[in-house]
Amino acid sequence: MAERIIPPSTYYRVFAVLIALTFLTVGLSFLPIGVWHTVGGLFIGAVKAVLVALFFMHLIHGSKASWVMIGAGLFWLGILMVLTLTDYLTRHWLLY
Amino acid sequence: MADKSAVLWHHFDDLSHQHEANALGMWAFLATEVLVFGALFTGYAAYRFSYAEAFEEASSRLNVLIAAVNTVVLLTSSLTMALSVWAAQVGRRRMLVWCLLLTALLGTAFLVFKVVEYNEDYREQLVPGLAFDPGKWKDTNPAHVQLFLAFYYIMTGLHAVHLTVGIGIVLFLALMAWRGAYTPAYYAPVEMWGLYWHFVDIVWIFLLPLLYLIGRHELSDLHL
Amino acid sequence: MSTVLEHVPQAVPPPAQPQVHYLNVAFGVRSWLLTTDHKRIALLYLVSVTLMFFIGGAAATLIRLHLMTPNQAPGSGLLTADNYNRMFTMHGLIMIFFFLVPVIPAVLGNFFLPMMIGARDLAFPRLNLLSWYVYVSGAVITFWAMLRGGTDTGWTFYTPFSTKASHSLVVPVLIGLTIAGFSSLFTGLNFVVTVHLMRAPGLTWFRLPLFVWSLYATSVIILLATPVLAMALVLVAVERLWGVGIFDPALGGDPLLFQHLFWFYSHPAVYIMVLPGMGVVSEVITCFARKNIFGYTFVAFASIGIAVLGFLVWAHHMFLAGMSVYASLVFSALSYFVAVPSAIKVFNWTATLYKGSVWLQTPLLFALGFIGLFTIGGMTGLFLAAVGLDVHVHDTYFVVAHFHFIMVGGTVMAYMAGLHYWWPKMSGRMYPEGWGKLAALIVFVGFILTFLPQFVLGYLGMPRRYASYVPEFQVLNVMSSAGASILAVGYVLPLVYLIWSLGYGKKAGPNPWGATGLEWQTPSPPPPENFAVTPVVDRGPYEYASSGEIEVIGGGVPEQAAQAAVQEESHGR
Repeated sequence: MAERIIPPSTYYRVFAVLIALTFLTVGLSFLPIGVWHTVGGLFIGAVKAVLVALFFMHLIHGSKASWVMIGAGLFWLGILMVLTLTDYLTRHWLLY
Repeated sequence: MADKSAVLWHHFDDLSHQHEANALGMWAFLATEVLVFGALFTGYAAYRFSYAEAFEEASSRLNVLIAAVNTVVLLTSSLTMALSVWAAQVGRRRMLVWCLLLTALLGTAFLVFKVVEYNEDYREQLVPGLAFDPGKWKDTNPAHVQLFLAFYYIMTGLHAVHLTVGIGIVLFLALMAWRGAYTPAYYAPVEMWGLYWHFVDIVWIFLLPLLYLIGRHELSDLHL
Repeated sequence: MSTVLEHVPQAVPPPAQPQVHYLNVAFGVRSWLLTTDHKRIALLYLVSVTLMFFIGGAAATLIRLHLMTPNQAPGSGLLTADNYNRMFTMHGLIMIFFFLVPVIPAVLGNFFLPMMIGARDLAFPRLNLLSWYVYVSGAVITFWAMLRGGTDTGWTFYTPFSTKASHSLVVPVLIGLTIAGFSSLFTGLNFVVTVHLMRAPGLTWFRLPLFVWSLYATSVIILLATPVLAMALVLVAVERLWGVGIFDPALGGDPLLFQHLFWFYSHPAVYIMVLPGMGVVSEVITCFARKNIFGYTFVAFASIGIAVLGFLVWAHHMFLAGMSVYASLVFSALSYFVAVPSAIKVFNWTATLYKGSVWLQTPLLFALGFIGLFTIGGMTGLFLAAVGLDVHVHDTYFVVAHFHFIMVGGTVMAYMAGLHYWWPKMSGRMYPEGWGKLAALIVFVGFILTFLPQFVLGYLGMPRRYASYVPEFQVLNVMSSAGASILAVGYVLPLVYLIWSLGYGKKAGPNPWGATGLEWQTPSPPPPENFAVTPVVDRGPYEYASSGEIEVIGGGVPEQAAQAAVQEESHGR
């Protein structure tokens, strides 16, 4: 295969970061940070997901088409969530 | 030993072309899975905005410890899955088989812990429809708590179904690998289903904060 | 003029009717049921989809018969009110999920996508066969449920009626539909990967036939929308089976959440149904006007534009559901935008016909029908996109007429056009042209008579999904039912003469229409591997004639100038 091979050392390093981030996200939930629980949790989750995708899933060496596919999936999920929430967030707004 | 020409389909130019198609096909499938779970996340988000207090209260009653352990288990299984792809790429058959078996074992451990967790949820009267006591939720709206729990079971349940399918496939891959079906020239199935496995892991990475960590925890929540 | 035909691209003369082709390379039930040849799978789909069309048509027949009378006295009319509800539900479900969504992609797309890009098969042939089995399983389950009474929820399964109140076989039907959805997903996935990776050398994206562009856009919609519908239907089933109330107002659940998730798929679904039809029309118009498409890039990007914009408008089905007014305004504005790419396509087809050398054969007659009827249907969609107007015509026959103009006047017409256009290639036989033209005319007349009165009915206030109506509406209803009977004749005719042509039709050569396109460079019927040698592409898809010639033909220039131009050409070569 003409594919670039990611060495196991990279995998171990990424794994260590992922475990550390897991401890961080669980640890944060014991602090009194109010609304930042959700924001922080999602942010850390996103960082972990990106690490898994780039390295474990080889996206960092991936073809353009695979980037487009995953980008499209995420973008469309964004459309679903944002436009649906425009209903829920504005339902109780008064018209006048 | 698998004959190279026996696995090349007639409509592809060569094995590399076939490998590329398999990988892209799996990425396209994963994009659809993003939308499947995404639909659930959307519904969850809509109610989370509307009933924030009840959701936080309900979330704090879930077992964070098991969830955290399960997260570590699943991340480790992703590591072993990635290592098995590497083993296939460099032709180390025994390592490939062991890593695949380890991946399946870790996935199974996740499911076992999940069953333990569900059992505890049942004992704690956290199962709407089966074992739920509205009286225990006097500070918030029990109906909204049930909504949270409904989403909790559906989302983790769907995730568990995906994981079970993944375990079955990984075991099958281990069998084929033991029989020598995969070489550095042909290991597309390992990589493809590796992608699936990592995706299931990523779903859990988001389920953890969204379901278990939305409110403040006390140390007593760890059920030690 | 002979000078025009000289520029029609011909391959190295292919052999006369081939000895071995995909139909006779192997015989027996197993060779068909276990085939991985995309052409055979397309025919398997053709048979199943046609069967489902006539089953859905039977339901429509019963509906139109029932609606010949006002049925105001309880118990009067051909059907009971309850059975009427089941009838329109099953008509909608079968026609949408088992006919309109799969028909052009799974029949014409499966057959011709690989051939049009010079490939030997789709990227995943076994997945292709699996998608047919999954389709059949879904159809069998749904049909079984239908025979046991079906559902009465409408094809939209709105909660809380579907989750709590409906005493019908909701869950079996949901299972059948979810399974059929997977079939659609597999096809879409196959097409996307195929178009990315299996194009012949030299076939860049902007040399692709527009049918391929439209199938690609359709497949993108399928991949991104269908999973959300699957989830919505599963949640309804879960709520119905185990009382877990996601959409239950008593638990603080929101019935509108179901509608959001449902329409997130079901609006793009209408583009799944119509985009492939538009692709067929692009192919047919260019061939039968003997002219390059006007504005290729615009038409190609319009397909992508429809796919993307189609995802941003779903809540225009929910203006009256209780959604926030602000959201309604947002979706209304977005709905106006989605009309633009479709309008671009209609304009470009018209411009292609202009100054073309029009050859009024059956495929073109159906394609012209598409353009006219789709335009009317599309413009009435703009009426519905205006919230103020929709308040009055929502859930009336105005909506029913609107979507039938697009689905029947659009997609079915386009399917007929494509079926006739590619019939010689698929079967090796020509259909009888006189009968084809007659069928096109009957379909067109029948269609107008059936659905045009429904716009009036809706505007006058006749609600949809009601088993009875006020007597003042009877004349228009009878007109509509009469039209439906004519339409039925128009659809049965091709069934008869196409089957007849298999045994008795004139044998077709490789390129009876003188069309461009890789699929016409093979024998009819094609060999199992499509191409003996992988073609190398060095030109665009619709190079029918150089633009200089067109000016001579249509410019009103006297004969001498025409001859001079011809001489110039022959010296130039």
